[in-house]
Amino acid sequence: MEIDAPTDRRVVDLLREDLLLTGTKESCGAGDCGACTILVDGETRLSCLMLAAQLEGRDILTIEGLSRDGALHPVQNAFVEHGAVQCGFCTPGMALASVDLLNRNPDPTREEIRDALAGNLCRCTGYQKIVDSVEIAAVALRSKAGS
Amino acid sequence: MTEIFLPRSLEGLWDIQDGYPEAAVYAGGTDLLVRLRSGLEKPSCLVCLERIEALKGVHESAQEIVIGAATTHSQILESPVIKQHFPILTKGVSVLGSPPIRHMGTIGGNIVTASPAGDSLPPLYVLEAEVEIRLKNSSRRAALADFILGPGEVDLKGGEILTKILLKRSPRWTIHHYEKVGRRKAQACAVASMAALLQVSQTGRIERARLAWGSVGPTVVISREVEEKLVGQPMSLEIFKSVSDVVKKAVSPIDDIRAGAEYRRTVAAALVQRLAEYGPWP
Repeated sequence: MEIDAPTDRRVVDLLREDLLLTGTKESCGAGDCGACTILVDGETRLSCLMLAAQLEGRDILTIEGLSRDGALHPVQNAFVEHGAVQCGFCTPGMALASVDLLNRNPDPTREEIRDALAGNLCRCTGYQKIVDSVEIAAVALRSKAGS
Repeated sequence: MTEIFLPRSLEGLWDIQDGYPEAAVYAGGTDLLVRLRSGLEKPSCLVCLERIEALKGVHESAQEIVIGAATTHSQILESPVIKQHFPILTKGVSVLGSPPIRHMGTIGGNIVTASPAGDSLPPLYVLEAEVEIRLKNSSRRAALADFILGPGEVDLKGGEILTKILLKRSPRWTIHHYEKVGRRKAQACAVASMAALLQVSQTGRIERARLAWGSVGPTVVISREVEEKLVGQPMSLEIFKSVSDVVKKAVSPIDDIRAGAEYRRTVAAALVQRLAEYGPWP
């Protein structure tokens, strides 16, 4: 896909304001909160600390692209079904950080889940349900991969 | 609009620098882009180093291990070579920032930013790292401890680029230790940190020691006096406690939003006592 944008446009502004992909959130704007997390070539990156030019030739995944053919990703399903979403502001970043973790480590311990989500703040403090949901999503993804 | 260049090679970088000598250089952007946004810096153009392959990766040569300056913290964490030879660096980088910050930030960036709290720095000081600095037609090497001059200040002149971090293998260290005390476990600058390499004899005597503290001075603090006092001693809590006063004199912390100077002195000394947990020996 090709877009026209000033090279120094912050990626979070490009996504939210130019492309109207408002699933990606901005909170601190300084790399501390993880609300603006996106996946670039499969790795979590903070879209508030990247400029548009850096996206050239990269594979970008935002929360809008996580579902497939109208079906939520197993991480999203687990978040919805197991109460991992309270106000929802951290959810896109949390979900993408969880996807990154489960791609690298399909069977993480709770400690490993906490470490992987350490860059994403939930100000509703709903961390237990989020960790539970990642564990449940891991089981779902493994059984899907095995079937 | 600020122009941004993404050179693919060092040759490309030198060409850009010839045309735009005033360009600000960045790799991961986790520090520079925060400063740009807060208006602290207003460069007329930017050069991003993230696509220069020659600045990336961990390479082994007969004499030393070379880390490209634009190698991300995640790549260092995943490197089996670093894990095998320098587990202290793996430990330091593992508590740096957060996963996305480690995917973006680079070891060269951590050095050039020269924060007293940089988590890769105390490990690199005790490993006696050297750095390679390049211009288009010249290169030089320097000890990291000489390259870092003060908070945010390094010995880079007129378009020089930090290109490599060079580490000598030293298989004799028995203990590779790094601990950081911060306001939170993750995503927090160190209130105080300490890296320690100890060589311990079979009978439990400390034969060599290298210690370095972060966040308790304008740059990383080392103390030959503390190291000398530990050599020849057993791995006991009493011994590690006995150097507390020397540690407190060696460091020169400040009061800031994260902690007071006096608290930092206390933590710097307490961090040494943690080494007793590796004993008693054998």
